[in-house]
Amino acid sequence: MRFIQIKNCYKVYKNGVTAIADLTLNVDKGEFVFVIGASGCGKSTLIKMLYREEKPTKGEVLIGGISVGKLRNRTVYKLRRKLGIVFQDFKLLPKLTVYENVAFALECIGMKSKDIRPKVLKALEHVGLKDKTRSFPSELSGGEQQRVCIARAIVNEPKLLICDEPTGNLDPKTSKEIMTVLDTINKDLGTTIVMATHDSEIVNRMKKRVIVLDNGVLVEDHMKGSFKISESV
Amino acid sequence: MKVFRIIGRSIRDSFKSVFRNFSLSMASVICTTITLVLVAIAIVLTVNVNHITKTMEEELTIVVYAKKGTKEDQVNELEKKIKEIKGIKEVVYKSKEEWKLEMKEYSDTLEVTLDYLDNNPLLDSFIVKVNDVEDLSPIAKQIKKFDGVESANYGEGMVEDIIGVFNVIKTATLVVVVALVLVTAFLISNTIKLTIFSRRNEIEIMRLVGSSNISIKLPFIIEGFLLGIVGSLIPIILTVYGYIIAYEKLGGKVSFGVIEFVKPMPFILYTALILVAIGSIVGMIGSSRAVRKYLKI
Repeated sequence: MRFIQIKNCYKVYKNGVTAIADLTLNVDKGEFVFVIGASGCGKSTLIKMLYREEKPTKGEVLIGGISVGKLRNRTVYKLRRKLGIVFQDFKLLPKLTVYENVAFALECIGMKSKDIRPKVLKALEHVGLKDKTRSFPSELSGGEQQRVCIARAIVNEPKLLICDEPTGNLDPKTSKEIMTVLDTINKDLGTTIVMATHDSEIVNRMKKRVIVLDNGVLVEDHMKGSFKISESV
Repeated sequence: MKVFRIIGRSIRDSFKSVFRNFSLSMASVICTTITLVLVAIAIVLTVNVNHITKTMEEELTIVVYAKKGTKEDQVNELEKKIKEIKGIKEVVYKSKEEWKLEMKEYSDTLEVTLDYLDNNPLLDSFIVKVNDVEDLSPIAKQIKKFDGVESANYGEGMVEDIIGVFNVIKTATLVVVVALVLVTAFLISNTIKLTIFSRRNEIEIMRLVGSSNISIKLPFIIEGFLLGIVGSLIPIILTVYGYIIAYEKLGGKVSFGVIEFVKPMPFILYTALILVAIGSIVGMIGSSRAVRKYLKI
């Protein structure tokens, strides 16, 4: 069975906007997939459906065998514990240190304190922030904050990492560093990564599978490295 | 155990939150305090009015006079007949001789007058008590129709007025108590909403990293419980001491002992328990309702 299966999926918002139309998509374990497209093409909706912030109006979204649309609000946590999410705006807690922010994800699911420590340190090592554990988010640069967010997303060793424009707020050099971190996670931990972006340079350089959405319709699905986009997208 | 770890963390987090959002916590506590003081006053009033009504109602009686010259066996038969009426609590016979003695004691003039008369001009009578004051009037009418009854009086008019006034006071205080409890619930819920609003990012992240709803709610429910308890402390101290002091100052009675207050013990302890219960339960329900809105992500 494929890891992510999206079958004839539609998403129509309450205001009548069709964000996703008849989308069918399969992603295997360990893949690195870019989702690109112009603003309003349905990228974010697709990403949000993967972690069930949105439910599909029609069709099915299966992640590791769990039907996302059928999850009740009170059982969503079962899905979320299996995946990590990286946000464009980091979503860090300002009053907690780097260490505490990452540990927070494990405390929330009721893990023992003595089990938490090695996991957090390992995750911070992966993103190269081991020497900043005591800093507060406000003392970090944008790139470092994003790395904390990535560390928090991978600390629970998820099978799937969902990234919603993780480099959207960062300069090209920092973006490059973040992409290196994500690539390492994909290769070393075997984590499947789905990443929405509109940064054409990153997509061109990384040479990964690319899915192009236009007005909610899947228009192109290029396998590894076969895709080059112009600056205009 | 995972459950105990989550509960332990919730308790720790709720205390942290109370102190971190100190001004908002104080706002909640003050709101609770003010409304619970009002609730306490309303409860004390209601219970006392009920008590006074009850004692006064017990004092209300029908005085039945037998006709002049009624023989003893006729009087006995009359007593039997009255006792057979439904809703009668007690019938006490009071002979004309007893009346005479009582009147003589009451004033010197009466004593002289009564001694002057050869035979007793007074009437034999019954003092009739009923179970339900509402029955006073119909029972009195029924007794009036019996043979050998001169009159059956129960202070017509005045009694109806008193009962009417008491009924109004009872319903009014009840309405006030219920309204105040609802207002308290609303206020606590609203202030906790504010503390939760300032932490909505935290709740969002908790949801996104896979916390179950109950483990997100628990710290807030405990926080509401704590705020409710703290908010009920001052009202409890005020009512317990206030009532005991007021009761002692007034000697438990006002104007010739007609109006008698409820004894402070154990009544005031029950009131304190009710206040804690209202404060804590309303706090928990309020915060639980307030978080629910943020669990939709």
